Amino acid sequence: MSIWEYANPTKFMGWTAPVMRAAFWLAGLCLAVGLIWGFFFTPDDFRQGSTVKIIYLHVPAALMAINAWIMMLAASLIWVVRRHHVSALAARAAAPVGLVMTLIALFTGGIWGQPMWGTYWAWDPRLTSFLILFLFYLGYIALWEAIEDPDTAADLTSVLCMIGSVFAILSRYAVNFWNQGLHQGASLSLDKEENVADVFWIPLLVCISGFVLLFIALVLMRTRTEIRARRMRALQARAQRA
Amino acid sequence: MIALLLRDLRLAVRAGGGFGLGLAFFLIVVVLVPFGVGPETELLSRIAPGILWVASLLAALLSLDRIFALDFEDGSLALLATSPLPMEGVALIKATAHWITTGLPLTIAAPILGFLLSLAPEAYVYLLVSLLLGTPALSMIGTFGAALTVGLRRGGLLLSLLVLPLYVPTLIFGAEAVRRGADGLDPTGALMLLGGITAGTVALLPFATAAVLRINLR
Amino acid sequence: MLRVTGLSCVRGGVPVLSDISFVVAPGEVLILRGPNGIGKTTLLRTLAGLQPALSGEIGHPEDQGAYTSHADGIKAALTVTENLSFWADVHGVTRVSSILQEALLAFDLADLRDRLGGTLSAGQKRRLGLARLAVIGRKVLFLDEPTVSLDRFSVKLFADWLRDQHLAQGGCAVIATHIDLGLEAPELDLTPFKSALDASGGSDEAFL
Repeated sequence: MSIWEYANPTKFMGWTAPVMRAAFWLAGLCLAVGLIWGFFFTPDDFRQGSTVKIIYLHVPAALMAINAWIMMLAASLIWVVRRHHVSALAARAAAPVGLVMTLIALFTGGIWGQPMWGTYWAWDPRLTSFLILFLFYLGYIALWEAIEDPDTAADLTSVLCMIGSVFAILSRYAVNFWNQGLHQGASLSLDKEENVADVFWIPLLVCISGFVLLFIALVLMRTRTEIRARRMRALQARAQRA
Repeated sequence: MIALLLRDLRLAVRAGGGFGLGLAFFLIVVVLVPFGVGPETELLSRIAPGILWVASLLAALLSLDRIFALDFEDGSLALLATSPLPMEGVALIKATAHWITTGLPLTIAAPILGFLLSLAPEAYVYLLVSLLLGTPALSMIGTFGAALTVGLRRGGLLLSLLVLPLYVPTLIFGAEAVRRGADGLDPTGALMLLGGITAGTVALLPFATAAVLRINLR
Repeated sequence: MLRVTGLSCVRGGVPVLSDISFVVAPGEVLILRGPNGIGKTTLLRTLAGLQPALSGEIGHPEDQGAYTSHADGIKAALTVTENLSFWADVHGVTRVSSILQEALLAFDLADLRDRLGGTLSAGQKRRLGLARLAVIGRKVLFLDEPTVSLDRFSVKLFADWLRDQHLAQGGCAVIATHIDLGLEAPELDLTPFKSALDASGGSDEAFL
């Protein structure tokens, strides 16, 4: 049995039910532990004071905003190459989640930026890139909503996702070129000693795991809803023909 | 292919609105800006590169939904799909026709409108070069967007939503080149990147556009 | 010239016609019959390559297919001659002017040659749309209701052109029509080929 058989809608509905439940519980647990640990049991930063603690929301949300798009790109490619319906529906399901993650990253960034830079918003490369990413999500979702035939919609949004990815990377580069920016460099990298101290690092990792699990759970839930809606449509269409 | 280009240009001239509308829009935006921001020459001269680029981008956007919609409605697009012309060629020709009817006139008119905004004298040549390099990318990206939304009833607004984020890199490099020219800096880097975007879009987007058109014709 | 084997077509992701096979030889016409909604247009669009077939094979000489439907692709701002010569140029036709002349005569458009497409009546537009077939030089025609809005005289013009020019020169055609064209042609009733309710291959299949 190949791995693709798990993408059959009926099979998918079967195995995702327990996975989704587990992901929700684990996400809740990780977020509770990570956020409480991060907010109340880590020392204040010597420069940034307690405002630094917003990284426990800001960094995971920003990471997931980008990862959601990458997941949509992968799902679109799978749809184009192998034409698994669930893959297209999963891409559709992930878009609003990614959109909300982008918004969370933008808002928490603004709240963090105010005490640090004295402004909620600056046309800094990273902030601007996220604003552009937000627009990409909006366009992608709008295109899905506008097209009635589900297969046509899946095809067209897949092409948009692929072309959009290229342009998103181009925009990121262009925005860097355009303004050097205030934003601190990557807070996370393999040689973590250079960036964030261990006391902040471990609860942050817990929070990131929580966001990843939450993303998985939400996307599974939304994909399951999409599958049910599609099944309803198919049954109605068959009833009309009979 | 030449026949299709000639037909599209002829239609643009005869049906009206092809050449004139985009240019008139460009003029109006540029005239309105000083009313909005005030008449100080210094301020206008500083924002002129950005205004001229944003205005030409919007003017190019204005006529995008006509690229395929009319041919789709009257059946020409399906007939073209069964003709010996490859869809990729049709996409490229449509973008070329759009550029000749909007991008080229805008490029020629922009320096004249630069006077209205007291653009720095050193910047004129870079304005001309950046628009000449950048507007083909605007037309090609727009053609892709038009192909995506061709079958939709209310495609116009959606088209803007899809195309505007894709315009970001072109706008940044284009306006940056003019700004650097106005400030007496070296704009070569921005111009090269702008040319790179245009070359890349013209080389690759016809394929995506053709794929999207075939899907929409099904 | 046109050989169709085991063809199944889909419309809106639903199989509508299954397992159609037929052969049309040079100089022959096949008339498609069947009630509205049976899938005549879908079949013709599939034959013309505008939409993919679910299964089966369509064989005809490459680059010889032409398709017309109610949408003629006539540009209101171009004259009759310009409309026709555009399609001739797109199809790489040589000796455009003499072919154009013949087509205008065959479809009684000679007096209208300098009129703009937008000023033509519905029947005149239809004749112009059909005259396109005479200038592009394609051998295998897929015609969807070609005689809609034509009067009896024009129908005869079209039938005469089809018989005396197109078929006589070794072309063939598949025509969906409800009226009698006055051609001696085999008819294919599509009703028996209607897809069963549980026919496989629809895009909803995985969800049922």
